[in-house]
Amino acid sequence: MVNFLQHTFNGLVGGAFLALLALGLAVIFGMLRVVNFAHGAIYMLGAFGAYVLLTEVGLSFWWALLVMPLALALFGMAVERLLVARLARLDPLYNFLLTFGLTLILQDAVKSRYGVQSSPYDAPEILSGSVDLGAFDFPAYRVFVLVIAVAVCVGVWWLLSRTRVGMVVRAATERPELSTGLGIDVGRWVTPVFGFGIGLAGLAGVLAAPIRAVNPLMGADLIIVVFAVVVIGGLGSIFGSVAAGFAIGLVQAWVQALGEHWALLSQVLVFLVMAGVLLWRPAGLFGREEAPA
Amino acid sequence: MSTTIETQGVRAEPGAASEPGRAGGTIVPRWLRWTLAGAAVLVALWLPNGLYPTVAVDIACWALFAVAVDLLLGYTGLMSFGHAAFWGTSAYATGLAAIHWGLPFPAAVLVGALAAVVLAVPVGYLAVKRVGIYFAMVTLAFAQMVYYIANQWRSVTQGENGLQRVPRELFGLDLTDEYFFYYAALPIVAGGLFLVWRAVHSPFGRVLVAIRDNPARARALGYPVHRYKLAAFLLSAFTAGLGGGLFAIGHRFVSLDVLHWTTSGKAVIIVVLGGIGTLWGPVVGAAGVTRLEDWLSFAGFEQIGLVTGAIFVLAVLIFRRGVWGTVAHWLRRRG
Repeated sequence: MVNFLQHTFNGLVGGAFLALLALGLAVIFGMLRVVNFAHGAIYMLGAFGAYVLLTEVGLSFWWALLVMPLALALFGMAVERLLVARLARLDPLYNFLLTFGLTLILQDAVKSRYGVQSSPYDAPEILSGSVDLGAFDFPAYRVFVLVIAVAVCVGVWWLLSRTRVGMVVRAATERPELSTGLGIDVGRWVTPVFGFGIGLAGLAGVLAAPIRAVNPLMGADLIIVVFAVVVIGGLGSIFGSVAAGFAIGLVQAWVQALGEHWALLSQVLVFLVMAGVLLWRPAGLFGREEAPA
Repeated sequence: MSTTIETQGVRAEPGAASEPGRAGGTIVPRWLRWTLAGAAVLVALWLPNGLYPTVAVDIACWALFAVAVDLLLGYTGLMSFGHAAFWGTSAYATGLAAIHWGLPFPAAVLVGALAAVVLAVPVGYLAVKRVGIYFAMVTLAFAQMVYYIANQWRSVTQGENGLQRVPRELFGLDLTDEYFFYYAALPIVAGGLFLVWRAVHSPFGRVLVAIRDNPARARALGYPVHRYKLAAFLLSAFTAGLGGGLFAIGHRFVSLDVLHWTTSGKAVIIVVLGGIGTLWGPVVGAAGVTRLEDWLSFAGFEQIGLVTGAIFVLAVLIFRRGVWGTVAHWLRRRG
């Protein structure tokens, strides 16, 4: 029982990263119809940025937590204005290809400067202990990650469903032409929303720095798991993406807990679930059916 | 949003003109087409004399792979970002067949390509349920699954050591010299390219293009769209498998890289640079990209992704027709 709770907790922490990344992907996709391949590379830049800020500038984790998401959001907005917007009127696959190319560039740029070995990054002093949650002790840093991730997901939900800005973004997401016709300046929101989604990936990266190996390829395989997660949740659905992220994290941790022989299953599980979802509900668990093809 | 001119191949808008290569059938004069084909044959025969034979073999393998990807991307409107699954599965199956059964290399390659087709049945069945960007993500995800399985299944794949000393056997002929191996492999490459060319220029290929341009209309006309897509997927997996098998024999070594998503990505890069929806494009692209990478690594430059990535981004932004797409466009206008 103790073990089970521990694995559940670890699964939620792992799911928190998937959920934050899936949330960013879903927000961007909703507004721009762009699937951002570079999301994993941005996550890596967030973690690497935290490392570089600490070792070369001397800024602590807390500064990194503030600076990196903002800096990456600005970077994302520049990329949207300069590159993504040029392809906005074409088939969305072109922007997928564009962000794929950017991924190669970003990864190799970091690799050429810092090599491929992993860099150590310590959690801040204050979070290095453990927290007593009822009968169990959990590492304080992981509790912190979980709290931040849940807070961000709830915050985004509140923003989208309860504020005027959110209403505009949802209207623009669901019926861009109609919203424009009603006098809403849809184009105005495209760049900030893209930047916001990128910022979320950066945030996930900074949070990951103390518990995942920081190296140029840390986002390379993760992004594909996140793709499977959003296919499971339904890419158009923000709630579905977040829920699927946490759920996959949980199930992965439980399977991993069964022992070493199950390592492969916990790795491929997300893809098997995706296969099942494609058979049963091709649009994803919370997605709406696209136009038949 | 009328983007008929820009989207050549990738799910072109309804009523879009056929892709440049096809439209050439009526406008590019016949003599010019035969001249081009003849020149291509001469270049293929001359290639290992002008380049390192190893590079020539690589070009031939990647050309097959890229043509396979373009059969889906350019002619069916499906962008597979997971074709490394078929290329890599065939590479492993070919290597294993050559090592354990001692098959002559063409037979081993055939075994590999058939293994790729067997894998493509479930993957394709599931993937063709989605279109557009989802198709890309789903194929990518399944390919990654195959990668993880190969990584863990060490008793068969030797894990990170890879399959080593893959034999290169053909009825006792000595093919250790890459120069001779290139010519021994050439018929398989030509056969694979001919297969795709034949398919594209058949009634079957016309239906694929119809599905690409307007799936709803193709379905209304009574074509079983999913089944056609799956057939194209299997044919594409077979062709990619031929390339992957030859790649394994050519390098006499199979590593996990053949299954990694960067390998799938490289095939897509080749197709885009060469020209989506053309058959010459992927071949030209394979030659260009392989040559460039060879040159970069010869110059001691390690971060190859920096260069290919930058070229690719530029191509996506301002050169979407690709090399051969541009040539075909130009020929058509002149004609």
